[in-house]
Amino acid sequence: MKIAYYPGCSLDTTGIEFRLSTAYCASKLNLDLWELPGWNCCGASSAHSKDHLLSLALPARNLALAEKEGLDMAVPCAACYSRFKTVEAEVRQDEKVQQQVAHAIDMDYKATNNTRSLLEVFAGGVGLEQIESSVTKPLTGLKVACYYGCYLVRPPKLGHFDRAEDPQSMDNIISSLGGTPVDWPHKTECCGAGMITLSPNDGLPLSYEILRVAEICGAECLVTACPMCLMNLDLHQETINKKLKANFNLPVFYFTELMALAMGASPKEIGLNRHFVNPMPLVEKIGRRETA
Amino acid sequence: METVDLSATLSTAKEWKEKLQAAGIDLSSCYQCGKCTAGCPMASAMDYSPRQTVRLLQLGMADTALRSRTIWLCASCETCATRCPRDVDVAKMMDILRIEADRAGVAAVPSVPIFHKTFLESVENHGRVYEMELMMKFNMRTRKLFNNADLGPKMMQKGKLHFLAPKVDDGGAVRKIFARVRERRDG
Repeated sequence: MKIAYYPGCSLDTTGIEFRLSTAYCASKLNLDLWELPGWNCCGASSAHSKDHLLSLALPARNLALAEKEGLDMAVPCAACYSRFKTVEAEVRQDEKVQQQVAHAIDMDYKATNNTRSLLEVFAGGVGLEQIESSVTKPLTGLKVACYYGCYLVRPPKLGHFDRAEDPQSMDNIISSLGGTPVDWPHKTECCGAGMITLSPNDGLPLSYEILRVAEICGAECLVTACPMCLMNLDLHQETINKKLKANFNLPVFYFTELMALAMGASPKEIGLNRHFVNPMPLVEKIGRRETA
Repeated sequence: METVDLSATLSTAKEWKEKLQAAGIDLSSCYQCGKCTAGCPMASAMDYSPRQTVRLLQLGMADTALRSRTIWLCASCETCATRCPRDVDVAKMMDILRIEADRAGVAAVPSVPIFHKTFLESVENHGRVYEMELMMKFNMRTRKLFNNADLGPKMMQKGKLHFLAPKVDDGGAVRKIFARVRERRDG
């Protein structure tokens, strides 16, 4: 299976583990990820607050490059994914928008290809059976809170692959790795996004709630598909503990990291040493459970 | 309680109804049920709830909406747009309000549009986000030099932040996109 691959800016910086673990899983699952040459930033959460056409044109250039090759595009970052789905929908709905966008990027773009979240590519395209049969070190007994956040599932009118409330795809992947997804109510609550840094007094309580409820529901870790969510829950967990008088010690993974671990990756080659909440005690515990 | 002369605000109400209609948002569909506010994670920090912000526009009190803190505290989580039983895209409405408020220079929480501006400059100059430059410029512009200063070294230690700017082989395409968008906007 060949698909165009748009890593997005985070995967070279704050989300480097997402890139490393994605590459590992793709090679194990014979998924041919063709990285778009010369890809550009999608504009993230800034372009749509500044100029509507700019917020369409920036992702559109990348989609047009993939369309030229006749390929769908896999996008790991949930925030990028949402910007791509938005331009795709607007270009399909309105010919005038299609023309404006094509003019802005100086390329033809008709949205004949599809943006697919990497989660969808693995859960739906590659499929759970193949994932299950590639597992060599099952995550036996690992209790995981699958955290989808906002942009993988909302707004549903963009035609997402999973349902907007109580989505299932990540839970299904964790089950096929031998882990146990916990039943919890905060799967799609917002982590506070940029407000964690722009207005911490208002933003931090949102990530606090997610960690709190995950812990109450018995999760040993959280798993996400969004570099922004991961940064808020992992990098800022220490700040949350300090400012909101909590004592969380919950590792936060990308779903591809848990996939890679279950498929035999060493923690270091997929970047587990780059987390701020040290996941190694839990990773070692999984190893012990498996051999027990 | 403040009195509002609704005859005086009628033309603004009409102007915003049409402006949002062009973006596919029908303000008059909203029957003020408050489901948007009930699900909004930032509502408690806002000066006007999402429902009240829609009401302000319905009544032609756009200036109050444009000067609100609400539009800058909105995290764009899309919960309101997802749950609205009348299909009013409140999240998109917030985008439009932010763009207008920023252009009019009336942003109540200036650090947020400064962040967006700095972010997009980085994209225009490098094709991708250059996070180190973004963090430093943002801190200088908001005059909080040491804001999150502890995070930089922490991230660098983990190889998550780079000194050098990203290199993008786009043949100048991104700069040209910004130029064409600007040309179109400014006529």
